Amino acid sequence: MQEKVNSIKEKLLKKLETVDNLSSLNDLRVEFLGKKGSITELSNLMKEIPVEEKKAFGSLLNTIKNEATELLNQKKEEIEASLLDAKLANETIDVTLPGTKLSVGGTHPLTKVIDEIEEIFVSMGYDVVEGPEIESDLYNFEKLNLPKGHPARDAQDSFYITEEVLLRSQTSPVQARTMDANLEKSPIRVICPGKVYRRDDDDATHSHQFTQIEGLVVDKDISLADLKGTLEILAKKLFGEEREIRFRPSFFPFTEPSIEVDVSCFKCGGVGCPICKETGWIEILGSGMVHPNVLRGCGYDPEKYTGFAFGIGPERVAMLKYGIQDIRSFYTNDLRFLSDFNRVEGGE
Amino acid sequence: MRLSKKFISDYIDIQDIDMQELAEKMVFAGNEYEEMRPFCEATNLVIGEVLECVDHPESDHLHICQVDLGDETVQIVCGAPNVRKGLKVIVSKVGATLPDGIVIKKAKLAGVESNGMICALSELGLESKYLKEEDKTGIHELPSDAKVGMDALAYLEFDDTIIDFELTADRADLMNMIGMAYEVGAIYDRPVKVKEPVVHEQGNDIIASYQLDVKTDNCSIYLGKRVDNVCIKESPQFIKERLMACGIRPINNVVDISNYVMLEYGQPLHFFDADRLGNHIVVRMAEEKETLTTLDGQMRELKASDIVIANEKEAVALAGVMGGLSTEVEEDTKHIFIEAAIFDPVHIRYTSKAILRSEASSRYEKGIDPNRTKQAILRACELLEQYASGTTQIGMLCYDQADKENKKIDITLEKINQVLGMELKNTDVESILRRLGFTYNLDREAYHVIVPTRRLDVNIKEDLIEEIGRIYGYDHVSGKLPVVPMKQGTYPKKEKMVKEIRKRLEGLGLYQVITYSLIGESECKQFVNEVKTPVKVLAPLSEDKKVMRQTLIPSLLNVMEYNLARNIKDIQIFETGSIYYQEDTFIEEQMLSGLLLGNYQGNTWQNQNLKVDYYLVKGILENLLDYLGMNGRYQIVADETYQDMHPKMTASILVDHEKIGYFGKVHPRTSKRDVYVFEMSLEKLLAKKVRQVKYKEISKYPSVHKDLAFIMPKTMESEQVMSILKKVGGRLLTNIDVFDVYEGENVGENEKSIAYALTFQNPSKTLSDEEVTTIFNQMISEVENKLNIKLRTK
Repeated sequence: MQEKVNSIKEKLLKKLETVDNLSSLNDLRVEFLGKKGSITELSNLMKEIPVEEKKAFGSLLNTIKNEATELLNQKKEEIEASLLDAKLANETIDVTLPGTKLSVGGTHPLTKVIDEIEEIFVSMGYDVVEGPEIESDLYNFEKLNLPKGHPARDAQDSFYITEEVLLRSQTSPVQARTMDANLEKSPIRVICPGKVYRRDDDDATHSHQFTQIEGLVVDKDISLADLKGTLEILAKKLFGEEREIRFRPSFFPFTEPSIEVDVSCFKCGGVGCPICKETGWIEILGSGMVHPNVLRGCGYDPEKYTGFAFGIGPERVAMLKYGIQDIRSFYTNDLRFLSDFNRVEGGE
Repeated sequence: MRLSKKFISDYIDIQDIDMQELAEKMVFAGNEYEEMRPFCEATNLVIGEVLECVDHPESDHLHICQVDLGDETVQIVCGAPNVRKGLKVIVSKVGATLPDGIVIKKAKLAGVESNGMICALSELGLESKYLKEEDKTGIHELPSDAKVGMDALAYLEFDDTIIDFELTADRADLMNMIGMAYEVGAIYDRPVKVKEPVVHEQGNDIIASYQLDVKTDNCSIYLGKRVDNVCIKESPQFIKERLMACGIRPINNVVDISNYVMLEYGQPLHFFDADRLGNHIVVRMAEEKETLTTLDGQMRELKASDIVIANEKEAVALAGVMGGLSTEVEEDTKHIFIEAAIFDPVHIRYTSKAILRSEASSRYEKGIDPNRTKQAILRACELLEQYASGTTQIGMLCYDQADKENKKIDITLEKINQVLGMELKNTDVESILRRLGFTYNLDREAYHVIVPTRRLDVNIKEDLIEEIGRIYGYDHVSGKLPVVPMKQGTYPKKEKMVKEIRKRLEGLGLYQVITYSLIGESECKQFVNEVKTPVKVLAPLSEDKKVMRQTLIPSLLNVMEYNLARNIKDIQIFETGSIYYQEDTFIEEQMLSGLLLGNYQGNTWQNQNLKVDYYLVKGILENLLDYLGMNGRYQIVADETYQDMHPKMTASILVDHEKIGYFGKVHPRTSKRDVYVFEMSLEKLLAKKVRQVKYKEISKYPSVHKDLAFIMPKTMESEQVMSILKKVGGRLLTNIDVFDVYEGENVGENEKSIAYALTFQNPSKTLSDEEVTTIFNQMISEVENKLNIKLRTK
């Protein structure tokens, strides 16, 4: 009997080797374990087995049944696994083909610079204030210590609308407006971004329309040291923590003393390169202590109050920062140009 | 203004100072320079004498010369037509370098050895405007007394160094050599010496023979002197060199002297031919349309704002700007009338702008020290005596209404340190005042400072503080932050919202652009329905920048064209910016505009591109409006009234029933492309109040979904159906969507079918089938009855 069982098992094992799909595996199951299967048929022999051997035969029968079922299941899993592998292999894609182009947009580089500067100052407690672009002579010039007849007021340098009204040539009138509007004549800390206009023909370095950011602090005991400390922060945030600034005396009608500010070259670190014209320094903005005539004209007593003011050109900052050669690029809006700025930039 | 080392050395000793260092120090005193260079960059030049000059046998223009250089005689081949035996010449020896970089080497010219070069002035780097006719065509001929073997640059006074300063507008005092000397003196703490002119007056007092009438307030000083019997010839070399160093062309000794004194003292002078001027001098304003022929030969029509010098008959000079032809100093002039005057800067500026900006007018425009006028006129007499053999006549015509008082400014050390943020001591301040040439006395805490009139720019305390600060050096300022009460920095509310809008639109795939506010007149009329009074500039730079725009759309179309021309076809852009017009006042209204064209997003190789169309733009705007808290408050209404827009693919945007803008397709007349634009008034949009988000608990009860479709005329708007559905559905209808729009064979020719997906939900209990069915049926009958259309059945 034992031999019979062994031969069935061997037969099964042999047949299993050649099976490679689920339907022939099923045929095999029927052949061995089906109603008329060779293992099922073995149990028909039970009747003929003497009583004292029945127990042993039963156990032998169970073992072969279990073994056969196990072997068939094992094979089934194997076949299923290889089928899945084949299916997945069929689903291979070219992972290197381009991804779907999602619509992207981005911030104009000038806005990026203005936002950045605004954030620096708002974080130091400055208010952002705005003023009109169509401005009166009074605020654009008169209140800024540029009386009638002053050369800087020449009609050919500004876009006049009427004799008394013009497109503002600077954001400084917002200074005067802010001081004028402050009826308590209390301390002021503001930053004023905006568009300005000058009667220049457009070329690589001139634009009849550009942007400016004006800063103004008026309080008791404000000094040049406060201006320097404030602009040091600006320079470091804009151009890197290692930057230093230096003051050069200059002249602007609305400040006295007037200061031109250079920042140490962020390209070469100060040793000299073409960007800084081998000087190690780059001129970035004009500034100074608010002229007493300006304070007085806006109702502040220059004996009690002092202040500093500065004006920075986002175009210039962006050109320096990003290496832009032509100021007109900001206004032609080539999408390839704009998309170059459409990403985050390494922190400070 | 150029500084000449030789010239300034007349007033201050700077022989030991490196000029590069001086230039840098000047920068940190507030005087930027453009360039520093030697007057002549040539080396190794000597004076030679041509001992022998024969024609070159192999050439029709070369000469073979034997030239005595003092310590040697060399053979030089020279091509100049004027080279000849006995001539004293400038020779660049072998090894010399010339300004254009040429190094002189031993050479063979047409087979003949040449050891050096005989030079023309142009070869020494002299600009052609300084060259006389004969110097343009040949080598320079030195006077016969020139010493052979001497350094030619020293002989010509060309061994000079120039620094070209770009002065700030306030430093009128530096537009002359004496002023420069004071500045250098202050920086280096060195004394300045200005000699008093020595004049030998003779003859009769001119006061007796001349009459002077100053008939305008625009002349504060008018001085006149007369120098007789001048001999007009070439100036001495030092005068010529100094004029050229300062950028002025030498003419003759008399003309040069007037320029020389102006360069020294900053006081412009005018020399008249005394015989032709006459004895009656009038300073007055010109008559409107009065004419004057200026010395450049042009007849000028004058304006009433021009100041003129006149004689009995007519105007003879445009004061401070240009002399007249009729009284010009010429070769045969014998007697000279010298004018030293101060005119009103503003009038001079207006006149010079219309006619000519000259060395004189640029000084008048910035202001003249009233205490130098007399010095300057005497100096001119002195030089005319010395270099033009003139005889100065006794007496001086004098009109003088100028305030010549030195300025007094009181200041304390405390104030100085308070403004500069430095810690100066009394000794520092006193030393700087002394170096600047300001006198002072200290009375308890206050300095009473006396500022000389030459410093026209120093008038108030703050000016004085700047002087002290810049001479002490701003590098001594160490930065700190203002000590002020803490407060929060803020953005204007509108500006904050604009930032939000920008971020949203960028997230939705649009690039921000910035364009010009000034546009052309024809552009200004595009896309504007009601043209408001435009804001025009008085003197536009060009045709395309004449008017302030009243819509941003034409500018966006320009950006589109610019990009299309560069083969960029998918364009999605927006701009926030003002439009401008006139009502009672000038109005600036902030707008939000956008332009979309081409593929919005997708993947070409998968054939999955989302093209820009009306509904895409609508989706973007709805997304934005929802983000801005306008959900349920806006309506999109068909609008045919927008010119330059497709009449059937354009809609107005209404928020709270107020029209705030529009969007749609650009009219094919304006653009043949499928380009969509939108424009909204940010002023109107951002004026709407937006409530805070208020969270409503999500219903725990199940929702019921139902679909239905209606067949309606093609011309009917979906919104009509929707609004009835919403009204009937009430608060139980929580969502409604269009999921199908069908036109075709299953509906009539002029019909369409729109299918709606409805969601019902009760926040407080489970909806029963009955409830939903009742509402649903009511919806159908309401729509059918009110709109006279039919439910679509399968």
